[in-house]
Amino acid sequence: MASDSYADWSSQDAVVCRGVGKTWAAGTARAHEALRGIDLDVAPGEFVVLLGPSGCGKSTLLYLIAGLERQTAGRIWAFRDPVEGPSPDRSLIFQETSLFPWLTVWQNVSFGLSIRGAPEAERRAVAREALARVGLSEAMDKRPDELSGGMRQRVAVARALAMRPKVLLMDEPFAALDVQTRAKMQDFLLDVWRDSGASVLFVTHHIDEAVALADRVVVFTARPGRIKSIIPVTLPRPRDPFAPESEALRRLLTEELKGEVDRAFAEQEALAAG
Amino acid sequence: MRSDIAGVAAPPRPVPWLASLGLSPGLRQSLARCGWAVLSVGLFAGIWELLWAIGWADPKLLPPPHVFLGDIPDQARYFNTATRWQIGVNPADGPSPYEAVAITIGATGMRVLVGLLIAATLSIGIGVLIRYFGLLEKLVLPTITLLSPVSPIAWLPVAIFIFGIGNAPAIFMVVVALFFHMVLSTISQIDNVSRAFINVARTMGATKRQIYTRVIVPAILPQLLIVLRLNLFGAWMVVLVAESTGVGFGLGQVIMMARNTFNPSLVFFTIALIGLLGFLSDWLLRLVQKRVLYWVPETAGVLRGL
Ligand SMILES: Nc1ncnc2c1ncn2[C@@H]1O[C@H](COP(=O)(O)OP(=O)(O)OP(=O)(O)O)[C@@H](O)[C@H]1O
Ligand SMILES: [Mg+2]
Repeated sequence: MASDSYADWSSQDAVVCRGVGKTWAAGTARAHEALRGIDLDVAPGEFVVLLGPSGCGKSTLLYLIAGLERQTAGRIWAFRDPVEGPSPDRSLIFQETSLFPWLTVWQNVSFGLSIRGAPEAERRAVAREALARVGLSEAMDKRPDELSGGMRQRVAVARALAMRPKVLLMDEPFAALDVQTRAKMQDFLLDVWRDSGASVLFVTHHIDEAVALADRVVVFTARPGRIKSIIPVTLPRPRDPFAPESEALRRLLTEELKGEVDRAFAEQEALAAG
Repeated sequence: MRSDIAGVAAPPRPVPWLASLGLSPGLRQSLARCGWAVLSVGLFAGIWELLWAIGWADPKLLPPPHVFLGDIPDQARYFNTATRWQIGVNPADGPSPYEAVAITIGATGMRVLVGLLIAATLSIGIGVLIRYFGLLEKLVLPTITLLSPVSPIAWLPVAIFIFGIGNAPAIFMVVVALFFHMVLSTISQIDNVSRAFINVARTMGATKRQIYTRVIVPAILPQLLIVLRLNLFGAWMVVLVAESTGVGFGLGQVIMMARNTFNPSLVFFTIALIGLLGFLSDWLLRLVQKRVLYWVPETAGVLRGL
């Protein structure tokens, strides 16, 4: 098969998507095309930001790459292997909070290890290290509902890091945070990313966030989501959000996105009207 | 308007005269709750007594509390239902009246408890298995759905056919009254478990079995314990029905005898006992719930603040 042979000539890219599409509830009356013809390569250690209007299929793409859902068209590889199901190599940090309320913070962080049957001493050690990296050593024995929203997202990041993933998929992890906290979380995420060497696919609809984080920004069209443009960002880190280059990039991304957001809105209104 | 906003968030003001005793807040709260319970029951009893005093409540049909609670030793006499009628047994033999009351309560309470435990274990187990094995769902679920609207009363003859008399039919009745609903409720709880929880486990490489044992069961436990508590009262009702049909002894038997001998005092005395027992068992289950579900935040406190 032609597509299988792709793996033979591929580089060691962390994620490769070729012609990926997803139609939810395919073959039923409620069939709903969320993604179409996505071609995307993510290099090892690269920080890619996915930017697009609400409902354009950004979360869907992360689910496909994570292996939680199957694409209905095209193929996805991660480090040469076709993606056929979830793998600890690819950790997904969810848009909604997903910490288990019945476990303490450290038990949440080491959940993946306990699945593998690791002894408690090892689990504690790994959890302690991961929590230290997100600055939450104090919270080891707390329960999730005793934490603030920002702390919870940090625990979720620690849980993903504890798996030592090669690809970190993040679905608007900081969307619910205030601007200052979000800026801090972005700095901390960049530190963690540098230390871990993982590739990051980061979904957001904040242009500022894309400017602060990305090696490349992938801009999506309105539904069905297609890649509109891929914009490399060469600004050195740490980035000054008020530098003229940042300003120019922000303006460029705003222009790219504007038409799509309008289209998404019009379409959603049409849908609602029946 | 600052102070107003702060006022909403402040904890409810403590009862002044209780605060002055220097008790811990927790103890004070439970004392206050007890006080309200006593007041509530007292109010009800008071109205009843009043109706009796003005002659509206006929003491032969609706004896007021001071009548049916006035002579407890006399009431307790009737509880020795185990052996009293048997030939060759001296009515004076056997347990003393008070012991008989304790035995009767113990027997009924034990049937409720055992029935509840069996029903909970069976229905949660089977509910989880039904979702786990698709084949089991197809084979078993339609029957369970079909049987769940059947009133427990309809099972009474079956209980007697199969188990005769004794503890077994009463326990069977409790189990059968709770089992079907609880299986269905377990299944719907499983279907409502957050997808994110399951997906987290999947990305970490959990097997299907691990997803069920590590995520689904803990996630549905809070709701299931609430269902169990709601069904506790159902269990108390059903056990009386079962006992009234010749299990041998138990509170249901006492009520039946009171009816047959036209003894309203005994009826109300037993009703009071059952109410008290139901209340106590609910309280016990709530304690268990708090222990097991340490992670579930209490919403009631928030509601009370409204
Ligand atoms: N499990 C699902 N079943 C059916 N349709 C779905 C499902 N998940 C998402 N969709 C649909 O797919 C489309 C894309 O959804 P998706 O969640 O990927 O958007 P998004 O870009 O992440 O949006 P947002 O920025 O608001 O999170 C939407 O129209 C949504 O209704
Ligand atoms: Mg999304």
